[in-house]
Amino acid sequence: MLVIRRDLIELILEHARKDHPDEACGVVVGPAGSDCPLRFVPMENAARSATFYEFDSAALLRLYREMDSRGEEPIVIYHSHTATPAYPSRTDISYASEPNAHYVLVTTREREPEADDAEVRSFRIRDGIVSEEQVRIV
Amino acid sequence: MSIKVEVPTILRSLTDGAKAVEGEGTDLAGLFVDLDARYPGIRDRLVEDGALRRFVNVYLNDEDVRFLASLATPLTAGDVVTILPAVAGGAV
Repeated sequence: MLVIRRDLIELILEHARKDHPDEACGVVVGPAGSDCPLRFVPMENAARSATFYEFDSAALLRLYREMDSRGEEPIVIYHSHTATPAYPSRTDISYASEPNAHYVLVTTREREPEADDAEVRSFRIRDGIVSEEQVRIV
Repeated sequence: MSIKVEVPTILRSLTDGAKAVEGEGTDLAGLFVDLDARYPGIRDRLVEDGALRRFVNVYLNDEDVRFLASLATPLTAGDVVTILPAVAGGAV
């Protein structure tokens, strides 16, 4: 289960809506081993694409150096899908490289008001296996 | 000559949990062969068909080696090589 503050979810959704129709991406980092997402770090989508995202490689290195020096790790790795549900694609699964992170997906596609597919979902992706988990917003 | 190699979480199962290891080589390709002798399987996670894997970022002294000479990038003693998996994905 992912436990995350409401304001952090709002920041993720705001980023996703702002970057639409491109995919938005970023992380919420926290103390290593805490499983507690605290610090919102939006990243630039270097691919600037509606169907792909990639952290810029220099920004990625800066992020990891900064997290290392602060004793942090990526607790949440988020990105948006712009025309499809908030569910990991084959690409998402093949690129997933943080077995301890919560992969949060949001969708900015137009949804029917009564649509029952959630706008925000969270997954673990380990060794190519996806397991959805509950999101508890506090 | 010794090169420091910083290892990402996902590859630490191959380095007995070590965050950083030492290796040798006159270029990046040679370094990965050297590492693979002690940490079997690590080269395969970094190199495919003789080229750097698409979803792995490798930095020499904080410079992305794709902007240098990729696997042919020459190394000298004291260099620091950092490996980070790309954070990427997409809808399709």
